[in-house]
Amino acid sequence: MRIAKRSELTGNRILLVRLAAVAGALVFGGIFLLILGQNPFVIYGSMINGGLGSFFRFRETINTTIPLLLTSLGVMIAFKMKFWNIGAEGQIYMGAFAASYFALNFSDLPKPILLIVMAVAAMVMGGIWLLIPAWFKSKFGTNETLFTLMLNYVAIKWVTYLQYSLWKDPNAMGFPKIASFTENALIPKLFGIHIGWIISLIFIYLVYMFLSHTKTGYEISVIGESENTARYAGIDIKKAILKTMFISGGICGLVGMIQASGISGTLSVDLSGGVGFTAIITAWLSGLNPIVVGIVSFLFAMLQQGGSYIQTAYQIPSSAAEILQSLILFFVLASEFVIRYKVVLKFKAKGEVEA
Amino acid sequence: MNEIMVEMQNISKVFGSVQALDSVNLKLEKGKVHSLLGENGAGKSSLMNILSGIYAPDEGKIFIKGKEVRLNSPKVAIDLGIGMIHQHFKLVDVLTAKENIIAGFDRNIFINQNKLTEKIREVSQKYGLEIDPDKKIYDMSVAEKQRVEILKVLYRGADILILDEPTAVLTPQETDKLFDIIRNMTLLGCAVVIITHKLNEVMEISDVVTVLRKGQYIDTVRKDDTNASDLTQMMVGKAVDLSIERPPLGEMKEILKMNKLTALKNDKTKALDNIDFSMYSGEILGVAGIAGSGQKELCEVLAGLYPVSKGDIIYEGTSILGKNPSDIIKMGISMSFVPEDRLGMGLVASMNIVDNILLKDYQKQEGMLISRKPSKEKAGRIVEKLNIMTPSTDAHPVRLLSGGNIQKVLLGREIASNPHVIITAYPTRGLDIGSSYLVYDLLNEQKKKNVAILYVGEDLDVLLELCDRIMVLYNGRVTGIVNTKEADKETLGLMMSGAYSGEMKS
Repeated sequence: MRIAKRSELTGNRILLVRLAAVAGALVFGGIFLLILGQNPFVIYGSMINGGLGSFFRFRETINTTIPLLLTSLGVMIAFKMKFWNIGAEGQIYMGAFAASYFALNFSDLPKPILLIVMAVAAMVMGGIWLLIPAWFKSKFGTNETLFTLMLNYVAIKWVTYLQYSLWKDPNAMGFPKIASFTENALIPKLFGIHIGWIISLIFIYLVYMFLSHTKTGYEISVIGESENTARYAGIDIKKAILKTMFISGGICGLVGMIQASGISGTLSVDLSGGVGFTAIITAWLSGLNPIVVGIVSFLFAMLQQGGSYIQTAYQIPSSAAEILQSLILFFVLASEFVIRYKVVLKFKAKGEVEA
Repeated sequence: MNEIMVEMQNISKVFGSVQALDSVNLKLEKGKVHSLLGENGAGKSSLMNILSGIYAPDEGKIFIKGKEVRLNSPKVAIDLGIGMIHQHFKLVDVLTAKENIIAGFDRNIFINQNKLTEKIREVSQKYGLEIDPDKKIYDMSVAEKQRVEILKVLYRGADILILDEPTAVLTPQETDKLFDIIRNMTLLGCAVVIITHKLNEVMEISDVVTVLRKGQYIDTVRKDDTNASDLTQMMVGKAVDLSIERPPLGEMKEILKMNKLTALKNDKTKALDNIDFSMYSGEILGVAGIAGSGQKELCEVLAGLYPVSKGDIIYEGTSILGKNPSDIIKMGISMSFVPEDRLGMGLVASMNIVDNILLKDYQKQEGMLISRKPSKEKAGRIVEKLNIMTPSTDAHPVRLLSGGNIQKVLLGREIASNPHVIITAYPTRGLDIGSSYLVYDLLNEQKKKNVAILYVGEDLDVLLELCDRIMVLYNGRVTGIVNTKEADKETLGLMMSGAYSGEMKS
């Protein structure tokens, strides 16, 4: 048996392979559920029910989709340039920090102005948080993967410090929490869901336009493919890296503002819930396509919500739901291998002499 | 009747959707030099990789010295006496010749140095391979490295030798020396295969020629029964006129001047050393030299991609020293560069033709947004004019095009900007004969439009026919600039090896 590179598959075939992978994951997940003594069909049905079954559940799914989707869009821009921004988590916290600063100290500003100030502050702060490793990379060639990863911990510890000490609410009776935002620092709702969903849809369009129809977007693709070609074409690579990373970090920073203002109502250390890491997966699974990432993020959020629903409804441990999620991921990632390579089986033909 | 060393029968091999070899036959005789002739993609290397155990054939039988064998690893092939000398040498730079020769072969824990040196000397004398066994590889010239490679396989007892494009990196003098070695090997009973596409070398060295075309076996002929034009016809499938046109010189106005230019490599050694020359409108200036003599750096310096440490570059009276490509574009200078690495530098491999045309146009557009419409129209015109075979200009990545079509896209884009200067590095490398002649025609067309052209080439015959002057580089220095009408291959060869400095002519 050996492995050979296969000729390129068409778009339809690739889609088919991916769908087969999801189906395969469901089959394996079903076997796993059977072992747990559950009926897989019932469980799968309940998962959909848990994600979409009522307005409340649907709203939760959308609330989970929003940060995932926006963060995926943010990291996607960096990934297009082959700049490995693993630091979305940190950018989210720093964005939330900057937004909270204005929410807590300028709460008497009129609502629309305060919200815009918060959003801009969050984007600038998130952008700066990614500009730091980007600047070091363009100047000294440092490794951005490690650098952005480490900055996550700096950001999280900074917010922890704020929550437990500097910004601790004196009225919380010793409980380590930051004072809740006032009403005019909370983002409004439309159709019962905070307007983060509209912002997400706008950003899908903006990122699509940015990547496909602007000069900077075009330069990002060229640099991502080959720095030599970029130099050859006269692209200022350092400038392009800094510009792009500011945008990438800025979008992630905005997620921090939306989460603080739309979900938790204040800054806290469990604001992100690991979305900065999950977004890396969704961005890749969508093939760095801003439209596809919307769908992938929604499906991911549904999986999460459905997972926590079956946990309460059937007393299945939460780890079981996570295993289902990982199975799907595992299969889809493995299908990438099938798309690129094929396995050739060789049998020894009769009459051949072993040399 | 001579003894048959190797017989390959009905060998077929498929890569993905490409039929690399379709029922190919080959017979190698003892004491004969067998040339394997064909254009790029004809299947020469695939066939030899099967013989050396790197690929397994899908179909077919292989007999070595009369016995049917199954070559499922390079080790098996080596044990049967098959040795392949690859185009890109596989030697460890920091080791000596001797260490490279025994690496992976003598598996004893202790090495008797003196005995080993003795044995290597013995083998090298037997075949006339001059080698100092204790010299480090990084101190060696390309020709010496090649001799180490040959000695390596001979030392392992190979008597069937495959040389993949062995003369590509050699000067004419070194080529003659290599051919002497090859003749020695055949006298001592080896069978030698040479993979090549240079016809004059085929006629000089081989006894038997097998021609492949697009994976098909065409024919095997004795050299004495054929000639160069017959072989070309077999190779290409139709009669080809092999002469290259040379239009008369144009205006001859000085466009670009390099003044005592020096550039350093990363390790602070000189990549270019005190280079002085001028380019004139309506003239093709050829650049010859063995690989790595500074050709790449020269082109990149001109295009503003390589830092200069001393000297000056003057473009129509203005210095462009220290300017990067976007500065050069902004200065309104129209210079085109067709780099050696087409997909890694000149084009974006995963993008379609339109987006690749856009690469040179988008900076001229106003505003932040990009418009693909003008590039799409331009792409359509280029595809039509150069007859580029592609299913689409905006939905098919250029990497999936054939080598010739890729080069047409690149050259077409560069010419479409109406340049005053064109710098080309190895523009016909990897192209079939038809595409190569199209490239020569396109360059001549530009020459007639009074463009100043720099042509970095590797085939001296082509350089002598196409160019008006030839500048020879050796170790980053110019060893001479000669008028092609007065030049010959021998002089150029001596200049390429640094042994002789031609008088400066302009």
